[in-house]
Formats: sequence, C-alpha cells, structure tokens
Amino acid sequence: MYNKVTQKDVSDLKKIVGESDVLFGEEISTDYAHDELGGIEKMPEALVRVVSTEQVSEIMKLAYERNIPVTVRGSGTGLVGSAVAVEGGILLETTKMNKILALDKDNSTITVQPGVLLMELAAFAEENEFLYPPDPGEKSATIGGNISTNAGGMRAVKYGVTRDYVRSLTVVMPNGEILTLGGAVAKNSSGYSLKDLVIGSEGTLCIICEAVLKLVPLPKVSISLLVPFKDRRSAIEAVPKIIRSKVIPTAVEYMSRDTIVFSENYLGKKFPDIKNDAYILLTFDGNSDEQVENDMRIVADLCLEIGAIDVYIVDTDERKKSVWSARGAFLEAIKASTTEMDECDVVVPVNKIDEFIKYTHALAEEHGIRIPSFGHAGDGNLHIYICRDDLSEEDWQKTLQVCFDSMYEMAEKMGGLVSGEHGIGYAKKEYMKKQYGDTPIALMQGIKKVFDEKNILNPGKICF
Amino acid sequence: MNILVCVKQVPGSNNVEVDPVTGVLKRNGVQSKINPYDLYAIETALCLTEKYGGVVESITMGPPQAKAVIEETVCMGAVGGTVLSDRKFAGADVLATAYTLSQGIRKCGKYDIIFCGKQTTDGDTAQVGAELAEYLNIPNISNVLSIDDISDGKVYLTASLDEKIVKQSVTLPCLISVDGDINTPRLPSYKVKKQLKDDAVKILTFADFDDVNRDNYGLMGSATQVERIFPPAKNDEKHNIEGDELSQAEQLFELLKAKKII
Repeated sequence: MYNKVTQKDVSDLKKIVGESDVLFGEEISTDYAHDELGGIEKMPEALVRVVSTEQVSEIMKLAYERNIPVTVRGSGTGLVGSAVAVEGGILLETTKMNKILALDKDNSTITVQPGVLLMELAAFAEENEFLYPPDPGEKSATIGGNISTNAGGMRAVKYGVTRDYVRSLTVVMPNGEILTLGGAVAKNSSGYSLKDLVIGSEGTLCIICEAVLKLVPLPKVSISLLVPFKDRRSAIEAVPKIIRSKVIPTAVEYMSRDTIVFSENYLGKKFPDIKNDAYILLTFDGNSDEQVENDMRIVADLCLEIGAIDVYIVDTDERKKSVWSARGAFLEAIKASTTEMDECDVVVPVNKIDEFIKYTHALAEEHGIRIPSFGHAGDGNLHIYICRDDLSEEDWQKTLQVCFDSMYEMAEKMGGLVSGEHGIGYAKKEYMKKQYGDTPIALMQGIKKVFDEKNILNPGKICF
Repeated sequence: MNILVCVKQVPGSNNVEVDPVTGVLKRNGVQSKINPYDLYAIETALCLTEKYGGVVESITMGPPQAKAVIEETVCMGAVGGTVLSDRKFAGADVLATAYTLSQGIRKCGKYDIIFCGKQTTDGDTAQVGAELAEYLNIPNISNVLSIDDISDGKVYLTASLDEKIVKQSVTLPCLISVDGDINTPRLPSYKVKKQLKDDAVKILTFADFDDVNRDNYGLMGSATQVERIFPPAKNDEKHNIEGDELSQAEQLFELLKAKKII
C-alpha cells in the first residue's frame, strides 16, 4: 500500500518547488479531482506545480523513497480519467513547464516543455512558417498530454498522429533518474524504441519533461470543402471512394445535421448550411494554388458523381472559421445539450464506419436514449456520445454499461479497437482488457513493472 | 424585387504588409477575395429574394481580374454581375469610386434595393455606400442589422446607432449598408462554378458611361490624396493575473472595467 502525504512531505516538496507551488488538502480546487469527462473523481492529497526537469526528478526521488503515488496532469482536458489521482498522493501539474526551448530550422524540429499548449505550439510553428501537423480538437491541451495519449486529430488522414512527430523525449523515471529516449534524428533502428513505448503510456511509465518534435514546412495554400449528402449512408460511403481517388485530403470529417444544430445552439452562431442531413468536411493543403485546386477539383467532381447534393467551397479565413469553429465545438456542444454524457472513442476500419454509426442509432432507439456522434471519417475514428438526459442515476449506469458493452463488442467484430486517440486511462481499461485478452495485457503489465516496479506512477490506469 | 449588391475584391489575408518605403500595400503574390463585409450584404440580399421573389445582381469596380468576385457572387446565388474596369478609374478615392459606381449602376438597370457592406477590410473608410446613395439620389441607411419587412413600397429595418438600436422604414428604391456579423453568409457552390457561363459577368468601361468627363474619375476625380500608409503600432501588452480564484476574478473584472470592455 502507498503512504499518505504528510506535513513533512509537504514541507519537503515546498523546499523543491517553493512555498506557493505546493497545495495541500483543502487548499486544492475540486477541479483537480477530475478531468473533462472520465467519470471518475478523486482529490489528490497534494498538488505540486513544477517548472523544471530537475524539480520533477527531485519530487520523484522523494515519492519513490516514501512510496507516494504520483499522477501527472497537464491542462486536465483528458476524457478517460488518466490525469485523476485515483490513489490520491501527489498530483504533479506541468502547465508551468510551458517554454518553447528551441526551434531548429536546419533539422525542422522544435524542442518544448510538456506544458506548452497545443495552440501555442501551432501558432509558434506557423509564425516561423512551419506546421506541427497533429491537430486534435482540444487546442488548450498540453503537448505533454498529447504525447501521453498519442493524440490524433483532424489532419491524421494525411499527416498521421502525434507519435509520427516525436523525435525524442527527456523523461524522469519513477526513481528520479533523468533519461533521453530517441534522438533528434530522422531515423532510428537502435534497439527497442523506448520513446515509442512512452508515447501513449498516459503517464504510467515515466514523466515527460521535454520533447523534440518534428515540424513540416507550412503549406502555403489550404482549402476546405463542405459536401452535403441526402443522408448519412451516402455521406459515409463517399469516404472510401475519396480515399481511393489517390488525392490525399488533409482532413475528412463526418458531421450530421443534428450535431451541427447542437453546435449552432452552443455557439449562438449559424452554420453556413443545415439544409441536409449529412455532411463530409474535407481539407486539402499544398504549396501552390494549382496543386490544391486540382486536388480539390478531382474530389469535388467525384463527390458530385457519387451523389453529393452540392460541394461548397470554404476558401477564406472567414469561411473556414464559420465551418471549423462549429466542428471544433462539437464535444462541448453535445455536452451542453444533456445532463451528463460519456463517450466512446472507438476506431474501426474506414469501410465499416457507416455500419457502426447505424448500429449506434439502433442502440439509441432500443434504449430510448440519444447517441449523437461525429468523427474522423477519413481514419475510422468516431466520437460517439451517450447522453443521460432525464435518466435516473440507476438507469443511466445500467444503460451506459449495456451500450458500451454492445458498442465495443461490435467494434471488435468489425476489426476495430477501443480507443483511436483519447486513450484508455481509467474509464476504458476494462473494455481494453476484454478485447486484448490475457497475454497482451500481461505484456503491458510487464512493461509497466520494468519501468515502475513500485507502481507509483499513475497507478490504476491502462492495464492495472 | 431586384437587388444589386456592391462588392470589392480585397487582399485574401488581413495581414498584408505595407511597403515601408512607398507606403503601398504589398499586393503581389497575395491572394484576393470578396471583402468579407460584403458577404453579409450578399446573404441579406439572397434571403430577401427567397422571401419576396426577384433576383440579386452584383457590381464591382476594379481591374479585369475583379471578375472573380462577381463570379463568386454568382456561385452564392446571384444571377450575374458587372465589373466596372478601366485604367481611367485607377487611383480613385471614396468619392470617385462612389461616382464611378453610380455611373455604372445607371447603365446596369433599375433596382429596388442596393446593398453594400459596412466597410472594406483594405480601406476601412465606410463611406462609399452613403456617397453612392447621394449620387443616385436615393435614401440611405447604414449599419443595418436586419431587414424586418418589405411592404407598401417601404423597407422596415433595424439599424445600429452604436449605443441605440433604431427601427426605421425607408421608401424604395434605397441603399442599405449592412453591419458586419449579422448572418452567416452561405458558401459558394462548386456545382454552379462548374457551370458558369461567360455571360454571367458583364464588363463596362469608361466609354460606356453617360458622363465621359475624365476629371470625374480615378485620381483626377478624387477629392482626397493618400499621403502615407503605415501599419499601426502593435499592442503586445500582457497582464498576468495571480492569486486565488476570487482575487483573480476581481482583478479581471477591474481590468475589463478600466478598459471599458464591460
């Protein structure tokens, strides 16, 4: 069992980070008991705000020696309870480690601390004519959190996910040792990729204190298309055909009229078109007008051929804002439309999306509840929300369980996986265990033990 | 209901640099677009014809490539439009621009309502609409937030007087400048763009006008001359608010109050 944080621990922690950056007991805001959605609440015993790798190392030495659990937290925007200190102990907040340390234009890399926000990183890269391609919807998430969940986002169709952009990580091990995993190099066949084990490990293996990330040249031109279809099926069926056209869009998003209306109500701002039931939102980017327009034309013609009602051009900053701000607000908008909700971040093969969404609609009907959804149609990653609305606590828990069981079972049958980009954390670990079975889970547990034999880093998550 | 919407082609980015030596906007290599404020006017006009019938046309003054913005209005739902283009129109200030537009509009037809955007993003003067109404000798209302009704030869509307909202009526024909952000402009249709015909855009030059006195157009017809254009000083002021939640909220409130934001 773990030791509780004592007054002496607090006093020693204050010696490491200073008086004002250690909060204890009642001093801690209840915001730190939960993340954005994970459905789990637990107050940490101590909240410690760090500014340097050395501080993190000192804190881990203390925690390791005194057997105190440590949970790392960035902006707290996670959705599966990963940053909740379920065993109490120390909650280590990285938001003050928010410096962009270096931009290496020769090697197209940027070195950042983990508390840099995704929107700050994106803006800094853009100011310097680079693009940091991963583009998750939550722009106020920290880059440390993005790496810890291997966040994906809207541009994954063309550019891939966070993992594809991490060159090296400076981490603090549970015993306080500082290591650099990977290197600021383009290729690496040097043994097991420990860096890649850490990416997506949700703070269970070590603490990310610095990251060297790959950037790409900023595309000069970007155009989106909003393509209305008469119904969901026609919209979703268009996606594999678009992918087969050999033009690679940057983003392929599916949006239903219902979800757009939630967003309109939430933002108090009209969407440019809600006359149709289903939409595909595509983006193309490149370095010349000719190339991007040519790509756009090929896909626009294809969409019209396969039954799109029209193809709307989203070419200026104002138009992009009117469309993409609605898309960016979907999660919050659905949340605002109900009393409580939980989400399924399932990923299925691209050609199974329609079947899966249809299945969620049947489930909604069967249980008399709402299950709105939207998602990254181009990579098969759907965000499906089970809304509580007027259900009693008992009915809500029961319905949630049945719906989640059914959806993950169906996803598995289709060759899908539990999480596309939000992670497993606390909320989804049972579903992952069920899908993977004993051996893969035992391998994960073994890896965890090698990194953290005392199990003090973010205990109770992923595979335990 | 025949409606004409005045539009302008402006630089595609709001961050166009100013040449520090010549003071001229560096437009080379910068993409262009319809002035965003004009899109609200187009949307308002199209909604009116959907309700009351009739058609929307558009007009612009500019170089031949300004044809693109007229085509774009067609892709949004206008039936066609006109580009007023002639080297003699070059260098026009707001007065000469309004006069040129008035001459062009007289050659285009008769309209019940002429819509303008509030201002442009490259000039920001917000004067052309009112001056155009003067030249056309029709009433003008600016900063219009909504068109509430059209009946008995009158338009009933709501306009902003900054601190007050006013409900007004104005007799047709009239010129209305709409405020920004009053609707969400529809997107241009690729389907229509593919079917665009050459006759969708008409070109009128100096020679087509009734008034062929060169002194009334371009630089010569301008009452004002631009001496220098320079970017305004940037405000990078930052405030860090520290303390507990209550104290932070109080500090933020005082800050916003001091800046007269609330």
